[in-house]
Parts: sequence; C-alpha cells; structure tokens
Amino acid sequence: MEAFASTAQVTAPPPAPPIPSAAPPPYTMKESVAEMDARLVICDPDAPPVSGAGVTGIFAPESPPSRQIRDLSYLVFGICIVIFVVVQGFLVVAIFRGIRARRVASRPDSEASAEPVQIYGSIPIEIAWTVIPSIIVFVLTMVTIRTLRDIDITTPPENSMEVVAIGHQWWWEFRYPGPDGEVITANEMHVPVGRPIWLRLESADVIHSFWVPRLAGKMDLIPGHTNYTWFSADRKGIFLGQCAEYCGTQHAHMLIRVYADEPAEFETWLDHQRKPAVVDASVDAGRRVFAEYACLNCHTIDGLSDGMFGPNLTHLASRDTIGSGFIPLDRDNLRAWIDDPNQLKPGCNMPSLKLDPPELDAVTDYLMTLH
Amino acid sequence: MTALNATTSNVRLTAPLSRAKVGMASLIFMESAFFSAFLVTYLYYIGKSPDGPQPLDCLELNLVLINSVCLLSSSITVVLAVRSLARGAMGAFRLWLAVTILLGLEFLLGTGYEWWGLIEDKGLTLQSNAFGTNFYSLVGFHAFHVLVGLVLLIGVFILSLFGFINPARDHQRVDIATWYWHFVDVVWILVFTLVYIVGRVPQGAPA
Amino acid sequence: MTIGSGHSSLAPLPGPSPRGRFWELVMQWAISVDHKKLAMMYIGAGLIFFLVGGIEAAFMRLQLAQAGNNVVDPATFNQLFTMHGTTMVFLVGMPILLGFGNYLIPLMVGARDMAFPRLNAFGFWLFIFGGLLLYFSYVGADGLYGAGTAPDVGWFAYAPLTSRTFSRGNSTDYWILGILVSGFGSMTTAINFIATILCMRCPGMKLMRMPMIAWMMLVVAFLVLVAIPILTAAQSMLLLDRTLGAHFFDPETQGSAILWQHLFWFFGHPEVYILILPAFGFVSEIMPTFSRKVIFGYPLMVAATVGIGFISLGVWAHHMFVVGLGPVLDSFFGATTFLISVPTGIKIFNWLGTMWGGRLQFTTPMLFVTGFVAMFVIGGLTGIMLATVPLDWQLSDSYFVVGHFHYVLFGGTVFGIFGALFYWFPKATGRLLDERLGKWTFWLLFIGFTLTFMPMHVSGALGMPRRIYTYEVDRGWEIWNLISSIGVPVQMAGVAIFLWNVVRSLRKGEVAGDDPWDAWTLEWSTSSPPPEWNFDRIPTCTSARPLWDRKHPEDPDAHYE
Ligand code: HEA
Ligand code: HEA
Ligand code: HEC
Ligand code: CUA
Ligand SMILES: [Cu+2]
Repeated sequence: MEAFASTAQVTAPPPAPPIPSAAPPPYTMKESVAEMDARLVICDPDAPPVSGAGVTGIFAPESPPSRQIRDLSYLVFGICIVIFVVVQGFLVVAIFRGIRARRVASRPDSEASAEPVQIYGSIPIEIAWTVIPSIIVFVLTMVTIRTLRDIDITTPPENSMEVVAIGHQWWWEFRYPGPDGEVITANEMHVPVGRPIWLRLESADVIHSFWVPRLAGKMDLIPGHTNYTWFSADRKGIFLGQCAEYCGTQHAHMLIRVYADEPAEFETWLDHQRKPAVVDASVDAGRRVFAEYACLNCHTIDGLSDGMFGPNLTHLASRDTIGSGFIPLDRDNLRAWIDDPNQLKPGCNMPSLKLDPPELDAVTDYLMTLH
Repeated sequence: MTALNATTSNVRLTAPLSRAKVGMASLIFMESAFFSAFLVTYLYYIGKSPDGPQPLDCLELNLVLINSVCLLSSSITVVLAVRSLARGAMGAFRLWLAVTILLGLEFLLGTGYEWWGLIEDKGLTLQSNAFGTNFYSLVGFHAFHVLVGLVLLIGVFILSLFGFINPARDHQRVDIATWYWHFVDVVWILVFTLVYIVGRVPQGAPA
Repeated sequence: MTIGSGHSSLAPLPGPSPRGRFWELVMQWAISVDHKKLAMMYIGAGLIFFLVGGIEAAFMRLQLAQAGNNVVDPATFNQLFTMHGTTMVFLVGMPILLGFGNYLIPLMVGARDMAFPRLNAFGFWLFIFGGLLLYFSYVGADGLYGAGTAPDVGWFAYAPLTSRTFSRGNSTDYWILGILVSGFGSMTTAINFIATILCMRCPGMKLMRMPMIAWMMLVVAFLVLVAIPILTAAQSMLLLDRTLGAHFFDPETQGSAILWQHLFWFFGHPEVYILILPAFGFVSEIMPTFSRKVIFGYPLMVAATVGIGFISLGVWAHHMFVVGLGPVLDSFFGATTFLISVPTGIKIFNWLGTMWGGRLQFTTPMLFVTGFVAMFVIGGLTGIMLATVPLDWQLSDSYFVVGHFHYVLFGGTVFGIFGALFYWFPKATGRLLDERLGKWTFWLLFIGFTLTFMPMHVSGALGMPRRIYTYEVDRGWEIWNLISSIGVPVQMAGVAIFLWNVVRSLRKGEVAGDDPWDAWTLEWSTSSPPPEWNFDRIPTCTSARPLWDRKHPEDPDAHYE
C-alpha cells in the first residue's frame, strides 16, 4: 500500500549503497493501476465496475463458461452446506448429550453403571451411512459431467474467433491470426463482446496459467503442449485476471487485462494494431537510441526491429499499462522502467541498459508516440 | 527373539510369519514401485524421440540375448545353491553360488560392453535424445540393482569361505537374500521386453 | 565409555564430570536403537522443524498482510513458501507421524521392539540428514537466477521451472537430495512397520483385534512403499536432467513437463493420506477412551481404511485438472476423487457413533480430536468442491486450495498430533501435561487457525492466486489477508504455551502412573515410561481391548467378536 501511495523524488539517489534486499524501490508510482482503472470507467457509465470487491470474483461471471461454473458451484456448495450442517449438528448434539450423561453418572446418588452401554456397531446404520454418501457421490459425478460436456470442449465453438496467448516469464503475448497478417500485442487483450473466443494457449518457457475468473476457469500454458480454452464476454468492460501457475520470481506480477469492446470498436482497434509503427520526425533521436542499444534485440517495433524476447512495442502507447498490467503507462513510469526495470519489477527479464538521462528522455519520448 | 516369545502363556502364537521374509517382501514391493516409475516413463516416451539415434538402428539383440540368458539362468543356479545349502552340502553350495556370481558378472560386463559400443559406434548417449535418456536410465538403474544383488551374493560367498555360514542356522536367511536376486531377474524380463521388443519401433513425429 | 546394557539409561552413570555425563547422555541417544528413544527423537526433531516452518509462514503472512508490502523481496518470498511447504510435509508431518508409529506400534501390539531396530535407527538418521541437507541450501546454494539461496520452485517443483535453464545455481539440487535422502528414511521405517505389525504381535492379537492405529499405520506403510519410490524415481530423473543433461522433463527436446506432474502427484496424493491416516488413528484411540465407549463399527472402520488406501492411488490427476487432460480423464478423476469421500465419511460417522451415548470427558486430547472431526469435515467438503472439475478450474491454484489443505493438514493432521502429544506424553515421560495450559493451547490454536485459514477461502473465491508475493489493491483481497495474518500471532501464542507446558511438566508435572486415562490398549499395561524392553512379560490379548477385558472380567469384549 505504502509503496503506491506516496510520491518520491524520481532522481534522488538512494541514501545508502543499494542492498539487494527488502529495501523499497526508490522510484514510486504516483497512481496504482487500480486508481487508474477507477478513473477510466468514469468515461463509460455503462461498463461494469473494474474496481471494488469482486473484480476478479468467481461469483460475478460475465461469460457463459464462468456462469455455468457459478451455477454448478451453487449446487455443490448447497450439497456441502447440507452435509456440513448435518454432521456438525450431530457432533454438537453428541457433545451436549455426552457431557450431560457424564455429569449424571458421576453424581453421588447415581445408579448408573461404571461405564456406559458399549455399542459395537449396527449393520443397518452402517449400511445407511455408506449408501447415502454413495448416492450423493453419484449425483455429484453426474452434474460434474454434465457441466463438463458444455465447457470442457475440444473443438472451437461456432462462430468463434481464434486468439493465441503465449506465456512468457512474466508477461503475456497475444496474437490475432488473420488473413491480413497477424496482429501481435502484449498484456492487454482486446476481444469483441458476444463473440466466442477460442483461446490457444502456448508457453515460451515454463508453465503459466491463464485465469480471468469472470470470463472462464483457468487453463495452463504448457511448453510443448497446446491447450485451448474459451469464453465470450457478455458485455463491454475490462476484465482482470492473472497468471495462476507459479512461474518464478515475478509470478505475482503477471497480470492480465481483457478489454471487451463493442464489435465495431474491436475492428477499429484491430485495424489500428495492424498498421506499422508511427514514425514521427520530432522524436527521431529516441528512435536512434532504441536502434543503437540492445532494445531491438528483444523488442519488435514494426518497421524498425524484430526482437521477440520481450513484448511487442509497435503500439505501446495505445496500451494503458506496462510491465504486464501493474504499472500505469505514463511518461514518468515509462522512463523509470527503461532506466531500471528491476526497480519496479525486481527479478524481471529486462536488463537495465544504463542509458544516460538525455538518451533515456529521448527513447521515452519516442516510445510515447507509438500509438 | 525366540527366547522372548517363549516366555509367555498358553495362548497360541498367532503371528508365525518371519520378520525377515516380510521385510524382504516389503523391500521388493518398494523396489517394484521404483521400477514401475521408470518403466512407465520408458513406455511413455516410446515413439516420441524423432531426432538422433534410433532404437531400431542402435539396439542389437545378439549380445543382449546372451546377457539375458546368463542372468536368467543365474536364477536357476542360485536356487541350486540354496538347495545344496539346505542339504548341508557346502561344497556344492559354494560352487553354485560362484557360478551365479560369475553369470551376474557376465551380465554386468556384457551390459558395459554393449554401452561402450552404443556410445562409441552409434553415438547414443544419455544426452542425445529422449530414447538415450530413457535407455541408459532404465537399463542403468537395473544394472545398478544387479550390482547390489551381486554385492549381497559375494558377501554370502565370502562368509561361506570363512566358514561363517551354518547350513542349519542360515539356509533360510540365504534363501531370503536370494529373493532379491530373483526379483532383479524378473525386472530384467520386463526391461528387456520393453526396451528390446516393444521399444524397437520406428520413432514417429512427436505428438 | 560404556555402551550401556539395558540398565544404563535408568541408573545414573558414575561419570567423571558433569560434562562427561552430558556426552554420555548424548551418545546414549545418538546410538540408541530403542524404538521409544528413536520415536521421541523423531517427534522432537519434527517439532523443531514445525517451529522453523511456522516462522517461515509467519514471514509470508507478514508480507501478505497488506497489498504492496515490502517485508521480503519476491525471491525470498518464493523461497519461504517452498521451504515452508517442503518442511511441513516432509520434515514435520512425516517424521512426527512416523515417530508416533514407532513409539506406539510395538507397545500396542505387545512387542519388545520393532522388527528391525537397527534399520529403524538408520531410517531416523537418514531423515535428520535429509532435513539438514535441505536447510544447508540456505548457506550453500544459489536460487533461480542466482537470486536466492534456498530452493524456490514450490513444494511440487513443476518442470520445466526446475530445469537448468530456469533454475540456475544448485538450490533445486538441494531440494531433490534433501527429500530423496529423507525419503529413504521413510521407506525403511515403512518396512519396519509392516514387519512389526505382521510378525511381532503378542499371542492372541489377531489382525482384527489390533488397535485401530496399527491398522492405519499398516495402510500408511503400504502407501509409503508405493508412493515414495515414485517420487524417488522422479527426483532421480530430475537429477539426471540437471546434472548429466538427460531429457526427461525438458520440453525443448521432446521431454514432457506433464510427465513430472503425473509422477509427482502419483506420489503426492497418497502422500496426503499418509499425512492424515495416522491422525485418523489417533482419533480412533482417543475418542473411545474419553467417551468411555468401544469404537463404533470396528470392521467397517478397517475396511474404510483399506479402501482409502486403494482409492487414493487412483485420484492423483485431480491436482491436474487445469493441465488440459481432456473431458474423459477429467471426469474419471473427478469421479474417483468424489468416491474417496465415502470411506472417509464412514470414519467420521463411526466417530460420531462412538461419541453418541458416551460419557464425554473433555480433556485436552479429547478437545483436540473433537476439533479434528469438526475441522476435517470442513476441509473434506472444500476438497469435494475442488474435485468438481469445472469448479476446480476456478479454484485451482488459488487461495481456496490453500484454505482447503490447511484445513485438512492443520485442522486434521496437526490437531491430531497435538491430541496425541497430550494423550501419550504421560506414557512416554511419566508425567501429565498441565490441563489448564493445554486448554489454552487448544483454544488459541483453534481460534488462530480459524482466523488464518477461513478467510483464505474467500480471497481464493475472489480470484487470489496462491504463491504471489504481493497483490493489487483493487481486488477486495486486503481485508481477508489482514484477518489471515492476524491469526498467526494467536497460533504462535498457542504453540508457545504448549512448549512452556512441555518444559514445565517435564520438571514438575503431575505424576501419571501407568494408566492415567483408564484406557484399554496394551501400552497402558506397562509402566510410564515403559522399560527399555517394554513389557516384563509379553502380554496376551483376548480382544481388541485387552485392558477392558482385564478391567471388566464380567463382561469382556471377547463375547462380542
Ligand atoms: C491431509 C491431507 C489431505 C487430505 C486428507 C485431503 C483430502 C481431500 N482432498 Fe485435498 N489436498 C491436500 C491435502 C489433503 N487433501 C493438499 C496438500 C493439496 C494441495 C497440494 C498443492 O497443490 O500444494 C490438496 C489439493 C486438493 C485438490 C487439488 C486442488 C487444486 O490444486 O486444483 C483436490 C481436488 O480434487 C483435493 C480434493 C480432496 C478431496 C476430495 C479429499 C477427500 O479425501 C476429503 C474427504 C472427506 C470428506 C468429504 C468429509 C467427510 C465426509 C462426509 C461427512 C461424508 C459425506 C460427504 C459426501 C458424500 C461428499 N485436494
Ligand atoms: C502440515 C502442513 C502445514 C502446516 C502445519 C502449515 C501451517 C501454516 N501455513 Fe502452510 N502450507 C503447507 C503446509 C502447512 N502449512 C503447504 C504444503 C503449502 C504449499 C507450499 C507451496 O505452495 O509450495 C503451504 C503454503 C502456505 C501458504 C501459501 C503461500 C503461497 O501460496 O504464497 C500460506 C500463506 O499464508 C501458509 C501459511 C501457513 C500458516 C500461517 C501456518 C501456521 O499454522 C503455522 C503456525 C505455527 C507457528 C507460527 C509456529 C511458530 C511458533 C512459535 C514461533 C512460537 C514461539 C516459539 C518460541 C518462543 C520458541 N502456508
Ligand atoms: C534482454 C532483453 C531486453 C532488452 C535488451 C530490452 N528489453 Fe524491454 N522488455 C524485455 C522483457 C522480457 C520485457 C517484459 C518484462 C516484464 O513485464 O516482466 C520488457 C518490457 C519492456 C517494456 C514494457 C512493455 C509492456 O507492454 O509491458 C518496454 C516499454 C520496454 N521493455 C522497452 C525497452 C527499451 C526502450 C529497451 C532498450 C533501452 C529495452 N526494452 C531493452 C526485454 C528486453
Ligand atoms: Cu506466469 Cu505465473
Ligand atoms: Cu490429492
């Protein structure tokens, strides 16, 4: 909390020689993504809230698979609560009866025998508490299979659109294959409202898991093994999620943002992403910095570089966040990130290239133009 | 132990099982679990190793058949040894035990020779592909168990040379020790079947 | 020095100096092959590791108390949960439960020692060595990216995070070797259990007259022999991958990351029953004593135990529902997992049947086992929710799972262990633990435990994944995490009072006598603490409750068999 709330001096050198430990990073963001999101939704009063309890809750489904799971969960929770009440009820009654029986028996005038009646068992009762749970188990199995039939599918749903999600340590790559060429973006996934998305899951390194609770259950991204999952956003809005399989140091900061747009908006977005990167003469200096340093080995900017190790930056400035969804994209944050990503995301796979301040400003300005 | 049991009352002893037998049986049970993990893994990777040296090209049956015959027949000789011991025929016991040990040694050396050929001629190593990895691990772990069994038998042999083995007292124990040897043989039948018969198939594209 | 005859441990030795006498004592324990000494060392070492694992957990909870906290850095946090999980499972649960098996099996089946006393000592020292090896990583290893020292790959160490590419340094090797070595210790112990239970029972003790605990330990021993070798094999493969460049789990060379999961969970699921069955055994001994009633439905209880043993070998993929196994396997493993609730339910109901109509005496051990029943049912029912495959797609790898398994592991196993500690402490030491302090321990642990682990179900359902070192502010998780963290000091107080209780009672606790609880199994027929040879005369057994028969010659159990 603290780390997000206060504004620290960006350039102040740390007072002591930096120890690679729990010391808070010297750069602090002005605003958290949560605050940014709270601001964003004001623009669109219809959108479901991004902030507040339940943003990632499994009981607020906004897509068919997650809704089916929610419905099933009510049933299963119901059954479990009944069992719970029955068992604990018997336990409580047994406790009170047992305590009273003891008290009665230990009265001086009691005629009770030294020990209570010994009951070794009862075949009918034992059969009953074998058979009744078996029936419950049967019911549970049947309802599970019924729901699985609808959501655990191996062929794409009708009229679906295929999107590829590739997990990287610790960011997401999204690809939209299409006849007019593939669109590649990172960390923020756009989908059209109402159209089933057939999500192809792959991994570039270790196992990750794609989990946006309000849209669908999670599914792992496994190197050497392709998985699929699907969802279909009911309405416009931003749906949050994050990587759910431990994947190393920054597993906690591998957030997912799914933007469900109206179909027309989505088409506009897709067309825009297909365009090559903006070339703006006024930030040419930054462009040169980017090309002279190792940036281009890891990042693709259409028309400039084709590195694949890090996120595609062609339309970086059209995104709301960097660092896989937990740093709002603004000039200060971007500059701090390029200066030393490890300050903001310790352990992440982008090195600090130790640019001097003018270079840093130039490349930041350049990247800020990549709409 | 028998002294302790004898102290008690007239109630009949209900646990006539021998500790040593149960202990050895449990050990073998545990080892079976260990091998089944390797066997299942081998099975899983059959046909999934398209690059590098292939089982069809690498594995030749001649030598390994000789090795197998030696190992399997050593199960017979070890039985003969135990029978001799039970009869009290120490000479025959030592002879059959020696034969068993030699057969076991042949198996190990034969395996070593086979591996040498695979590494030198076919270039198959632990690192070359999934086939190499599984082949050397499975066969190697089995060979390691043969080695352990051999150490056990050699120990018995040395004890008998120095006269520490008393037929009446020890033939049961020796018998139980040879269970392990039989187990190693049985595992070899499975390993052989899997590696040299089932596994010698063309490797398809990975699934 | 004299390597003592049986009497040396009782009579003080005429040592030259106090210091000499101290070493004499240390050596007596270090070279002991007495099952009771080994058992106490198992339990003692396990409790020490429990404190270590608990302190690791406390640091995690401190870090997670608030969003965006900075108590520890990410690499340290990842080491904390890896070491916490590994420690609690392999160095706390296993040794304490196996330790109780070691203590109780010979005494309860009327034997003078385990079947293989020296093997027993060997197993114990393997466990100690394995544990030390794991913790040596804190000083001797590099973690992922050389960032840390202790292992940081999670207690189930999924491939390919464990490959040389992603886990440089050698912390993962320490993880492998530590567990591998202590695993061998568990296997030798299991062999010993089986041989002792099958071969060393006293005259008259038929299988169906064994104390429930002996049955549970027998099934546990079999599960150990089936499951641990699979882990050992998988770890050997991983070690080959890491050191000799083999390709078992490396996806870049057609190795399979999923294979590791199958092998691990084929071990891992039976493992969790290894961790609960002995605790079931404790309940099945303690509950009857303090209800003053025979266990309800002994034969069905035995059948249920064996059933659990078998079914637990066929459910492992319920940890892999999100791997994409396909609808057929998902349904199959969902169904087998549901099935296991039938035999488990039988146990719960039989315990209720035992309490029903009894005269309950709420001593501390009884409080703990009653708490066990109540909490385990909650943990079991959340297990059922997880076994519902579609629901697991939402809840898997979330804090809901963390809540589930702490309910069964803490509310189950650890409560059972505390019950057993209070129940058998007088037998082992001759002195009773203090009841008043004991009740404080129970209530503090109970409240702290509920505070810590109940909110995890909520945060999990609100979408909080496990194993994250920090989280975002807008998710609505903060309050639940704060409550969770507040529970930890309460638990700590409970544990601290327990430790104090042990120290105090050892010195001036009430003298117990042979049979302080008026119980019915054979260990109460010998002195407290028992002599090194357990029984002056090997006892005989006429029913499942030999001491009941002696105390009630007019109405012995044997009539009802
Ligand atoms: C002591 C240990 C223990 C025990 C006993 C159990 C018991 C059970 N567990 Fe649990 N489990 C763990 C320890 C344990 N578990 C651990 C450590 C993990 C996480 C590992 C990790 O990822 O790190 C885990 C994870 C785990 C998962 C995977 C979650 C995931 O990662 O996605 C699942 C899924 O099915 C599951 C299910 C169950 C079930 C169905 C039971 C059943 O045995 C419960 C049966 C009991 C009852 C149901 C209650 C009593 C019964 C009745 C009152 C009868 C009537 C009831 C019915 C008819 C339903 N467990
Ligand atoms: C038997 C098993 C067991 C037990 C008992 C516990 C006990 C506890 N666990 Fe454990 N836990 C696991 C097994 C267990 N855990 C496993 C297997 C995992 C998964 C790991 C993984 O993901 O890889 C896990 C993961 C896990 C997580 C999730 C981490 C993550 O995913 O990021 C958390 C988070 O809160 C947690 C918390 C706790 C807490 C607070 C306790 C508390 O109950 C602990 C209480 C005990 C103490 C606090 C003892 C200390 C007492 C004192 C210090 C007293 C004072 C002493 C003196 C004065 C000398 N555990
Ligand atoms: C060794 C490879 C590498 C180099 C060199 C590199 N980056 Fe990165 N970059 C990454 C990786 C990996 C990430 C994703 C980090 C994460 O989120 O965990 C990233 C993320 C980013 C992001 C955030 C993108 C997003 O959408 O989250 C920006 C902006 C960026 N890099 C700019 C640069 C610039 C400018 C340079 C050169 C000065 C550079 N990078 C050099 C690997 C690299
Ligand atoms: Cu990716 Cu966790
Ligand atoms: Cu399980």
